[in-house]
Amino acid sequence: MQEVNQQLARDFGLSSEEYSRVLSIMGRTPSLTELGVFSVMWSEHCSYKSSRVWLKQLPTKQPWVIHGPGENAGVVDIGDGLAAIFKMESHNHPSFIEPYQGAATGVGGILRDVFTMGARPIANLNALRFGSPNHPATKRIVDGVVRGIGGYGNCVGVPTVGGEINFHPAYNGNPLVNAMTVGIARKDKIFLSAAAGIGNPVVYVGSKTGRDGIHGATMASAEFAADSEEKRPTVQVGDPFTEKLLIEACLELMATDAIVAIQDMGAAGLTSSSVEMAGKGGVGIALNLDMVPARETEMSAYEFMLSESQERMLMVLRPDRQEMARGIFEKWDLDFAVIGELTDTGRLTVHYQGQLEADIPLAPLNDQAPLYTRPTIEPPKREKLNSARLEDRIGLTGALRKLIACPDLCSRAWVWDQYDATVGGQTVKRPGAADAAVVKLEGLSRGLALTTDCTPRYCLADPELGGAQAVVEAWRNLTAVGARPLAITDNMNFGNPEKPEIMGQFAAAIRGMASACEALSFPVVSGNVSLYNETEGRAILPTPAIGGLGVLDDVTKAVGLALPPWLDLVLIGTTVGWLGQSLWLREVTGREDGAPPPVDLAIERINGDFVRSRILDGTIRACHDVSDGGVLVAIAEMAMASGVGVRLVTHPRDVPGHAFWFGEDQARYLIAVPDSASFIRSADTAGVPAMRIGTSGGRDLTLPDGGTISVEELRELHEGFFPTWMNPATEAKN
Amino acid sequence: MKAGIVIFPGINRERDMAIALKQSTGYAPRMIWHKETDLGDLDMVVIPGGFSFGDYLRCGAMAARSPVMRAIHDHAARGGYILGVCNGFQILTEADLLPGALLRNASLRFLSMDCHLRVERGDTVFTSRYQAGSTFRAVLAHGDGNYFADDATLDRLENEGLVAFRYATPAGAVTPEANLNGSARSIAGILSPNRRILGLMPHPEDLVDPLMGGTGGKPLFDSIAAA
Repeated sequence: MQEVNQQLARDFGLSSEEYSRVLSIMGRTPSLTELGVFSVMWSEHCSYKSSRVWLKQLPTKQPWVIHGPGENAGVVDIGDGLAAIFKMESHNHPSFIEPYQGAATGVGGILRDVFTMGARPIANLNALRFGSPNHPATKRIVDGVVRGIGGYGNCVGVPTVGGEINFHPAYNGNPLVNAMTVGIARKDKIFLSAAAGIGNPVVYVGSKTGRDGIHGATMASAEFAADSEEKRPTVQVGDPFTEKLLIEACLELMATDAIVAIQDMGAAGLTSSSVEMAGKGGVGIALNLDMVPARETEMSAYEFMLSESQERMLMVLRPDRQEMARGIFEKWDLDFAVIGELTDTGRLTVHYQGQLEADIPLAPLNDQAPLYTRPTIEPPKREKLNSARLEDRIGLTGALRKLIACPDLCSRAWVWDQYDATVGGQTVKRPGAADAAVVKLEGLSRGLALTTDCTPRYCLADPELGGAQAVVEAWRNLTAVGARPLAITDNMNFGNPEKPEIMGQFAAAIRGMASACEALSFPVVSGNVSLYNETEGRAILPTPAIGGLGVLDDVTKAVGLALPPWLDLVLIGTTVGWLGQSLWLREVTGREDGAPPPVDLAIERINGDFVRSRILDGTIRACHDVSDGGVLVAIAEMAMASGVGVRLVTHPRDVPGHAFWFGEDQARYLIAVPDSASFIRSADTAGVPAMRIGTSGGRDLTLPDGGTISVEELRELHEGFFPTWMNPATEAKN
Repeated sequence: MKAGIVIFPGINRERDMAIALKQSTGYAPRMIWHKETDLGDLDMVVIPGGFSFGDYLRCGAMAARSPVMRAIHDHAARGGYILGVCNGFQILTEADLLPGALLRNASLRFLSMDCHLRVERGDTVFTSRYQAGSTFRAVLAHGDGNYFADDATLDRLENEGLVAFRYATPAGAVTPEANLNGSARSIAGILSPNRRILGLMPHPEDLVDPLMGGTGGKPLFDSIAAA
C-alpha cells in the first residue's frame, strides 16, 4: 500500500497548496482512494481551474438556447418540438500516445455526452491538426487517427459528415483530435445529471470496469516529455459495438419515466460521474464497489474509482422502475448493477470488501476546487504587410497549382472516404459537397447544417482576431448552405496555462470569440478546454476550434459549392487584397508573418444575412465562402466540385493581381446566379458589395491574365497529396 | 410482398432500409429482433447493414448462429425471399445461404463512396425495374466487401446466371479501377440458384431520394414492391 503524502500528491498532479487544502477539508491524511478522487476532480481537465474565469465572458444565452454550458452538452430549440444537442471535445493527449484508440475513444466519449441527455446521435464531425507532413511521426498519427475515427463512428452507425484538417510543425509533438457529435431529442424529454431522491438506487450500466485509463484526466492535464510513450497504459480502449448497444438501450429506457438522472462515465470515470451527479443534486452518494461489474480480478478501490474504462453510464432510477430497466439492459446483453444509493449525508462514501475506502464531503470537494486567475501577457501585435510590396514571382496559375495541391488545401477525400457519411440515409450534403454538412431530420422537412472551423495561424498572429475569425467562419459556412446559424460549441486547445504568454493567448481568444458570438447572436452552448498541449516546452498554435450548428426550415433549399454551367459568378464582399498570414504568403514565399485579415462583425452580418436570404429565395444556385487561399482557390474548389470550368474577368485595377486573387479578406462569398446584373442591383440596395468576376461553362479555368488550366488538371493536383503521401506503393505504380 | 427487417445487435442501417422499403411498398416493414424464432407470414426477410456483434469475429459469423437464423433457414427452404445488404450479405455467406466469402477490401481500408453497379439480369424479383446491362449509382460503405470464391464456384455462378451486379464504370464497363474493393470478377451481388436470395455489398437503400444525391437504388425497392 502506497503511503499518502505530499510527494504522492505531487505525483498525482496536485500542487502543495492544493494538497494542503485537501488536508484541511478532510481534517486528516486522505486515503489513497480519497487522494485519487481529489486529484482527478481538481485536475485541469475536470475542474477547468485555469480557464473558468475566462470562459464566463462568453455569451451563452439566446431565446433558442435550452441548456448552455454546464450540462453534458449544449441544447438548442430547432423547432417542431425538437432540440439539437451537441458538443465538441478533445482527445489530444491520448491520440498522440496511441492514435487509433485515442481518436476512437474520443468519438465514443463525445457520443455519450450527447445521448446521455436523451438524444439520438445523428452526425459526427472532427477537427484535426497534425504536425508537418515531413515529420517522421505524422504519417503514423494521421493513419491511426483516421482509422480510429472511422473504426468507431462507422461501427456505431452515426455518419461522419464533416470536419477539417490542418498541418503545421507546431503540432509535431502534439496533434489535436477534436470530435463533435450532434443529436436530436424531443425538447420536453431532455435528461440531466442532477441526482435527486434520497434512497434512490444508483445504477451502473454498460461495459465492465478494467484497469484501463487510470489517471487519464491527470495525464491530459500535463505537458508531454520524451517519455510519453510510457503513458500508453493511461489510454483507454474503445468498444464501439458495446457503445451501439448502450445507445439503443439508453434510448429505449429514456422513452419510459424510469430515469431521474443520468451521466456518462467519461474522464475520471466513476469518480467524476458520481461526484458531479450528487454535487449538482445537493445530495450524498454511497457506493459499494463490490457490486461494480469488473473485467479484471483483484482491482483496488482506487483503481475502480479512477478507471476510465469506456462505454459505461451511471444513472439514478425510480426504485419502482428498477426491474423494468434491468430487463431492457439484459435484452441488449449489457451489464446492469445497482452499485449504491443516494443519501442525505452530503458525502461520497465508498465501501469495498467491507472497508470504508473513501468518505469525502461533497460540497467542499466541488466548491473549494482550485480556481486560478493566472497571469497573462498581452500577445504582441504583428506588423501589417504591404501587399503591393510582395513580389509575385510565379504568376496566378503557378500559385494556384501550388496552393490547391498543398497539404492544407488539397482534397481530403482520402480521409472522408474512410468515414461512413451516409448511414441513416439522411445526409443531404456529404463532406466536400458544401461549406457545411447538411443532414435532414428523418420524416421532417427540416435539416441541420454543421461545421467545424478555426484558422490557427491567424490565432497565433493575433489571438483576439483569430478567436473572432473562427466564430465568423463557422457562421459563414452555415450561412453559405442557406442555414440560420443558431449556436456553437468550442474546443479551446492551448499550451501550458502556467505560462503568461499562453494564458494571454487564451484570454485574448476568448475576448474575440465573445465579441463575435455577441454580434452574430451565435452563443456558446457547450465546450471543452484542453491545456498543456506542449511537448518539451513547445506549445501548439492557439486553436480555439469552433463547432457550429444551424437550421434549415426547408432542407431542400440547401445549396452546395458545386458550380453549375452557364451561370454568372459573383463575388460578395470587399477585397483589399490582404496577404498577411495568407496561405499564398506561406506556400509561395515561405513566410508566415504579418497581421491576419481584419474581421468586421457588422459587415459579416450584413453580407451573410443577404446571401442567406438569396439562397432561400432560390436565386443563388451555388455558394462558397472565401477563406484559406482566397478567391481563386475558392473558384477552383467550386469548379472541381462539379467539373465545370470558369472564364474569369479582369480584377479591379487598384489591387495587385496576386493580392486580389489570393488575399484572405473576410466577409466574402462566391455565389452563382443566372443573372448577375439584377442580383448586383439588389445587393447594392442592401448595402452589400458585389461584383461579377466570371461565367461558368466549359472544362477550363481561364484566368484574366490569359493563363488557362483544365479542371481535370486541377483535380489531379488537388487529389494527389494524401494518397501519394500515405501510400508510397500507389505512387510507384502511377 | 410483405417484408420484414431482421435486427442483430450492432446492425445500424435498419432505419435506412425501412425508409426505402416504405417509400416503395407504402407500408412500414416489421422489425424482427434476432432472438425471435417465428417470422410469421413474411414473404421477404431483409438483413440490413451494420456491424453485427461488432464484427469482432469474422464479419457476420456470430449473427449467422443467432436464434432467428433457424427460422430464416426454414424460410429459405420453403422458397422464401431474402435480401442481405452489406453485413446482411456477409451473414448470408456465413450462414451458407449464399456461396463465397467477403474478405478485407484490397486497399485494407474502409471505403465509403459512391459506386456504379451494372445490372446483370433484370428478370428477378429484386431487379425487374432495372434493364439488364444498365448501370445505377449506389453507396458503398464497408471494410470487408472483397468478394471471394474458388474458381469452380465463380464459374458456376456465371454459368448459371447467378451474378446479380458487378462494379462498373458509369457507362457500364467492368474495369479494375471500377472494382473498388478488389472483388473476384468484380462481383458486387449474387443470387441463390432459385434466384430468391440476393446478397450485395453496396447500399441501394441510401440512394432512393434525389435530396440525398440520387435515386439509383429506388428501382430495386420498386421491384420488390411490384412482386
